[in-house]
Amino acid sequence: MTELAATDPLPKPKRDLLPALLPIALALVMLPLIGSTSSWVTLTVASLAMGMMIFIMASGLTLVFGLMDVLNFGHGAFIAVGAYVATLVLLPLAGWMQSDSLASNLAVLVPAALLSMAVSGALGMVVERVLILPVYGQHLKQILMTTGGLIVAEQALYALWGPQIIPLPLPASLRGSFIIGDIAIAKYRLLAMLVGLIVFLAIQLVLNRTKIGLLIRAGVENREMVEALGYHIRRLFLGVFMTGSALAGLGGVMWALYREEVHASMGDDLTVLVFIVVIIGGLGSIGGCFIGALLVAMVANYGGFLVPKLALVSNILLMVAILMWRPRGLHAVTSR
Amino acid sequence: MMILSGDPPRSRALTLLLIVIVAALLATPWLFPGAKALNVAAKICIFAALVASYDLLLGYTGSVSFAHTMFYGIGSYAVAIALYSMGPNWAAVATGIVVGLPLAMLLALAIGLFSLRVEAIFFAMITLAVASAFMVLASQLSWLTGGEDGRSFQLPELLRPGTVFISKKAFGFEVNGRTLTYYLVFAASAAMILLLLRVVNSPFGRVLQAIRENRFRAEALGYRTVFHLTYANCIAATVAASAGVLNALWLRYAGPDTSLSFSIMLDILLMVVIGGMGTTYGAIVGAAIFILAQNYLQALMGTASRAAADAGLPLVPGLLHPDRWLLWLGLLFIASVYFFPTGVVGRLRGKPSAK
Repeated sequence: MTELAATDPLPKPKRDLLPALLPIALALVMLPLIGSTSSWVTLTVASLAMGMMIFIMASGLTLVFGLMDVLNFGHGAFIAVGAYVATLVLLPLAGWMQSDSLASNLAVLVPAALLSMAVSGALGMVVERVLILPVYGQHLKQILMTTGGLIVAEQALYALWGPQIIPLPLPASLRGSFIIGDIAIAKYRLLAMLVGLIVFLAIQLVLNRTKIGLLIRAGVENREMVEALGYHIRRLFLGVFMTGSALAGLGGVMWALYREEVHASMGDDLTVLVFIVVIIGGLGSIGGCFIGALLVAMVANYGGFLVPKLALVSNILLMVAILMWRPRGLHAVTSR
Repeated sequence: MMILSGDPPRSRALTLLLIVIVAALLATPWLFPGAKALNVAAKICIFAALVASYDLLLGYTGSVSFAHTMFYGIGSYAVAIALYSMGPNWAAVATGIVVGLPLAMLLALAIGLFSLRVEAIFFAMITLAVASAFMVLASQLSWLTGGEDGRSFQLPELLRPGTVFISKKAFGFEVNGRTLTYYLVFAASAAMILLLLRVVNSPFGRVLQAIRENRFRAEALGYRTVFHLTYANCIAATVAASAGVLNALWLRYAGPDTSLSFSIMLDILLMVVIGGMGTTYGAIVGAAIFILAQNYLQALMGTASRAAADAGLPLVPGLLHPDRWLLWLGLLFIASVYFFPTGVVGRLRGKPSAK
C-alpha cells in the first residue's frame, strides 16, 4: 500500500474494457461467417434490439440483487403484468394504433407504456412489502417465496384475462422496414434500440451523477456502511425494487409488441433469459448486464442463422464459456 | 429401528399418520377397486421417493435446484426409449436403467463441478437455465424422444394387465400384471426412501446439515463442502432418475408433460414444503396430501366454480375454475413457507428436540 498525500488525486479504479469489446468482436467475427453484408446488418440490428429489450427487463433484477442480496425469482411476473396492462390501453384504442400517423400511434403507445410501468411498479411495492420483507437475508426462503409469487401472478393473469394468447399488432407507422440499398432494417427494432439506449444512459446517469445513485452504488459495495452513515437503506431499496419492476413492465410491453402477442407464460420464458443475462453480467452490475444482454441476443440471432439446431442450447453454452473465463460474471461488483 | 436408520418419526401423531398412509397404499388394490385409485396410489409412491430425493437437496443441504425434473425425465425417457426401440422385454428395461441412471448422475456431476467454479448463489439460476434448455432439447429431438407426443410403449409380458395370476372368481378381486407393477413401484419407492433415510442419518448427512447451517464454518472444520454438495447432488439425481423409471413403467409412456415440465418441479417444491423440509418423512406426507388433493379437490373446485357461475357472481367462477388450481396452491405455498416453514411433519413433531 503506497502512502497518499492529502493533495494527491484519489486513485482511479482500473477500467475493465475487455468485456465491452466482446460484443463488438463477436459481431466482427461473424461478418465473414455469415457472408452477406445485408443479412449481417439485419441480424446485428435484430440482436441489438433484442438485447436492449432484455437489458431493460434484466437491469432491475441485477440492481435488486446487488443492493439488497435479494434473489427475485418472480421477476418474470412483472414482465407479464406489464404486457397485459398495456393491452388494456392498446386494444380499446386500436383505431388510433392503426392510423398512419406516427403522432397518434405514439399518443397511445406512450400512455400504455407509462401505465404498465406504474402498475408493475406498484405491484413491485406490494411484492417487496408482503413477500420479501419477512425473509431478508434468507436466500432459500426468498427463492421459494418469489417462486410462489410468480405462480400466483401467472395464474391470476390467466383467471383475469383467460388462457388464450392475445394478439397485439404493431402500430401502423412502426410496421415494415427502412430499406437502404439491399439492407432492410425493421422500424420497430430501431425504436426498441432507441428506448433501450435511453434507459441505459438514464440508469448510468442516475447511478453516476446523482446522490441517490451514489448511495445505491455505495450500498451495493457495502450495505452496513451506508446504514451506519445514517441513510435509510430499506427505503432506498424499495425505490430500486419499484424502479426495477417498472422497467420489467416496460420491457414486457416492448417484448409483447415485438412478438405481437401477449401470453401469461411469457414471464416464465423470459425469466430464464433474464437470469442468464444477469449471471453473465455479474450480479449487481449494470454495465455487465448491458453487455450480457447484447451477447445473449447476438448468440441467439447469429446462432439461429448459422446453426439453427445449436440455437436451442446456445445460451447455456455462452453462459458456461463466460463463467469459465470469469467465474463471477463479466463485471463482479459485489464482494458477497 | 434399524430399518429407519435410527431416525423414527418421533411423534405419536406422525407415526399414526405414516402407518395409515403406508397401510392404505399397501391395501389400495384390494380396498379401492378401479383404475383411478390405483393410479393415485402409484403416483403417491413415485412422488414420495422423488420428493424425498429433492428433500436431500432442499431440506438437508439448503440448496435450491430447479433441475430435479430433468433427472426425473432422464430416467423416464431412458426406459421409454429403450422399451420403444428394443421391444417389450426385460433386457430393454435393464438397458434403460443402465443407461439412464449413470447419465443422470454424470449430468449432476457436471453441474456440480461447474457450480464449483462459480458463486454458490448462481446454483439455483444455473439449474433453472439448464433444465429449461433440456426441456427444449427433449421436445425438439423428436426422432429420439417423440417430441411433444412423447413415447408410448408396451411393458414386458409379466407386467401387463392382461396377465392374470389369480382370477376374480377365487377371492372376488383380480391379481394381474398391473397389480404386480403396482407392488413393484411400491417396493422400489419404499426402498429408495429407506435408502435416503440412511443417507441423511449417516455422518455424511450430518455434514450436509452442517453445510446448510453454516457453509463457511463447515469448510473451516475441514470438510470439503464442494465434494459433499456434489455427492449429494449425484445421489439425489440418481434417485430422481429411478423414480422416473418407475413413472415411465407405470404410465407406459414418457413425455414432456408427465416427466419434464416446470409444473412438476413446482409440485415437488410444494410437496417438500407442505410435508416439511429436511425430514424425509415429510416427503411421504407431502406427496400423499398433495396428490390426493390434486385428484379429488380439483373436482370439487369444478363444482364450486359451476355453482358460482350459476349464481351469477363475477370473477369467482374464473378464480375457482379447476385450471386455476395452481393459483390456490401458490397462495398455500407462500403461506406455508412463511407460517409453517417446517411443514406438517415439523408441526406434528412440535419443538425440535435438538434445540
